[in-house]
Amino acid sequence: MKALALLALLLFAATALAQRSGLDYASAEIRRLQASDAENPGMLWVDEGAKIFAAECASCHASMKGVAARYPRVAQGKIVTLEAMVRHRTPFPYESESLLSLTAYIAYQSRGRPIGGRLSEQDVAKGRAEYLRRRGQMNLACTHCHDANAGKKLGAETISEGQPNGYPTYRLRWQTLGSLERRLRACFSGVHAEMPAYGDPLLLELEAYLAWRGRGLLIEAPAVRP
Amino acid sequence: MKLAAALLLPIAAYAGNPENGRAIVTGNGEATCLLCHRVPGTRGPQGDIGPSLAGVGARLGAAELKARIADASRNNPDTVMPPYGRTQGLYQVAARYRGKPLLSDEQIDDVVAFLLTLR
Repeated sequence: MKALALLALLLFAATALAQRSGLDYASAEIRRLQASDAENPGMLWVDEGAKIFAAECASCHASMKGVAARYPRVAQGKIVTLEAMVRHRTPFPYESESLLSLTAYIAYQSRGRPIGGRLSEQDVAKGRAEYLRRRGQMNLACTHCHDANAGKKLGAETISEGQPNGYPTYRLRWQTLGSLERRLRACFSGVHAEMPAYGDPLLLELEAYLAWRGRGLLIEAPAVRP
Repeated sequence: MKLAAALLLPIAAYAGNPENGRAIVTGNGEATCLLCHRVPGTRGPQGDIGPSLAGVGARLGAAELKARIADASRNNPDTVMPPYGRTQGLYQVAARYRGKPLLSDEQIDDVVAFLLTLR
């Protein structure tokens, strides 16, 4: 009985281990920045997004509370991300200041809500296969860094689990806010792989898998990361 | 001259140039060894994804080192070490790197020569 309880505890710990927000790996300074809306640089985009929303969206949409937590989702067999949903209704290009502002504003209104709730294991099967597939001249899959070596040092950087719950995120390295797709593309570049365009099904599948894999993690957008 | 040096210094008998090898291992080129390995006698941030290379020249011979650098997956199919000398059997390599290894055969020899000095 004791052994069973211990096993259950170990299993729980193992699951919990695969569920650490990137914030857990960040420095005290970065946590402090993220914790304070007055100091979090990502809030500049949230404020801008509020203005765009008031001008362009508010005549139909009263509130976006909880909406971001329902993305990515599957509609008519296709994965729809928050960015794709907003782009469907606006002329804003991927990674434009306007799109980042609106998605930051919408995601901010789902802060503290769990991600991944709208996806089944079946929905993300393709994404998981891509996550596990070695690619590029470096011959690495996502899993090699973000599962097997999370918490270890890659040079001066600590490798995180690659959780998506903070996006759009203000990265100190970028000195700006960026989308999860931008972050994924940085890894493609790092392993010297063919670069998928923004909105490429490969990125969408990966985003959906990451949300399912991190399901239950709470939205932190706009997060701050190194 | 080379032959004389080889006879006098068995460690340096290997074809590669250890000084060039040190520059490759510690530099910022395509081989970013320090991102994953600690290397004695070098400065700056060093990762801990791979094992420390302290004493690696005493643990492994030249042929073994070369084989592992060229394609570590032959030794361990689950390795996270990039195949520095392989161009085949890779998936979706970016066009500018396609058909090119991360390091040339000569560069790998230089790296091996440097690693053999770590004893």
